[in-house]
Amino acid sequence: MALSYVLEPAVSGFNFENSTRNIVLENGSEEGKIKAPKPMKTGTTIAGVVYKDGVVLGADTRATSDEVVADKMCAKIHYIAPNIYCCGAGTAADTEKTTDMLSSNLTIFSMNSGRNPRVVMAVNILQDMLFRYRGMIGAHLILGGVDCTGSHLYTVGPYGSIDKVPYLAMGSGKLPAMGILEDRFKGNMDLEEAKALVSDAIHAGIMSDLGSGNNIDLCVITKEGVDYIRPHRESIYNYKRQAKYKYKPGTTPVLTKTVNQLELELVHETVQMMETAGSS
Amino acid sequence: MDPVEFLSKLEKTTIMAVEFDGGVVMGADSRTTTGAYIANRVTDKLTPIHERIFCCRSGSAADTQAIADAVTYQLGFHSIELDEAPLVQTAASLFRDMCYRYREELMAGIIVAGWDPRRGGQVYTVPVGGMMTRQPVSVGGSGSSYIYGYVDSNYRPAMSKEECLKFTAEALTLAMERDGSSGGVVRLAVISEQGVERQVILGNQLPKFSTV
Repeated sequence: MALSYVLEPAVSGFNFENSTRNIVLENGSEEGKIKAPKPMKTGTTIAGVVYKDGVVLGADTRATSDEVVADKMCAKIHYIAPNIYCCGAGTAADTEKTTDMLSSNLTIFSMNSGRNPRVVMAVNILQDMLFRYRGMIGAHLILGGVDCTGSHLYTVGPYGSIDKVPYLAMGSGKLPAMGILEDRFKGNMDLEEAKALVSDAIHAGIMSDLGSGNNIDLCVITKEGVDYIRPHRESIYNYKRQAKYKYKPGTTPVLTKTVNQLELELVHETVQMMETAGSS
Repeated sequence: MDPVEFLSKLEKTTIMAVEFDGGVVMGADSRTTTGAYIANRVTDKLTPIHERIFCCRSGSAADTQAIADAVTYQLGFHSIELDEAPLVQTAASLFRDMCYRYREELMAGIIVAGWDPRRGGQVYTVPVGGMMTRQPVSVGGSGSSYIYGYVDSNYRPAMSKEECLKFTAEALTLAMERDGSSGGVVRLAVISEQGVERQVILGNQLPKFSTV
């Protein structure tokens, strides 16, 4: 029986297959040592929790480009519908575009049918699209919302798999965040408890993961409406510029001044008539 | 690229289904992994396809969820056209058609089980590659390798519903103890003419075996 597997099952434990190759490459040519490529971090911690009256979503606000923080106040909690919000981890462009498209589709649906969108519908649309693209769209999303059937929290993976659970964390900082959530989550929490839990989970992600950082955004969704708290907690490392870095004219003393006149020679002249329309 | 990004969510899992006179008992563990991280420790791998037909999913979570959705739609449409309850064999054939046609792109091992008025309780297995065969008892997933001996020696034809439930729970527990990719809770479902009864056996309530 011929079996062909598209995915090779992952081997657990350390894999030293490439270390000899890397040593050879690095010590190789005399002209320039070939450096091993740096891993590219996505850098996010996002989390969500279902509580008594609705859903609380949280996210950090750092966007990284290699080791530089590209955006200190990036918004990772995206609007999908008045009662549905989505946190995105993974490739920033993919999460932005996917959530935008989802939001447009749901708005059109709302107008066509006269109904408010349901969270399960948003999840199904996302699942369809991500499965169709076979994992090429690097979007790890946490969708949360409140609709006529209740409060729901889903995660959608880049290959199109969904999980419906009462508490979640995604992104590179998900391991520390999940630790906090597993420890302190209870069913039917009240609002302050839920906000503190999500905020502490994101904070754990920020402290333990290099790719997450800066401020914490929260989004509380209930039947009555949405409270988008941006930022909920600001980073204590708020670097304010210590001095002004602009130099006044005259700061540098001028020692000598020489003026060279440029002699310009008219080589070629063209005149183009404008066509002015009008009856005259 | 971080290698973990390339790993899809897998349900390497342990799944099982047993026929008894009057219905079927189905069971599954509840672990979904992304590499070495357990993405969901309370997954429900027993998916309803129709009122009295369920499937146990193993393999790639995304692939099996998509296949199950497609077959649910096809079977529902077929049932409305015929104006009667669909046969379990029909559901299994639909799974087989999809798994065989797209065998190169999919990674899905499915056990289809249920009750229909014509043939009673039936279990069909559709492993990776797209074969379909009916078996009185079937196990699947990465943890199944550890319990073939147990199942072969402990299965007797004509067991009662309670005996089947105990048999399934014990087999799954043994597999979960030995297979790293299976774990969490044991989810059971009994499908018969009366309908579907679902149970969950939590980690601390699982049957205990000798800890050697």
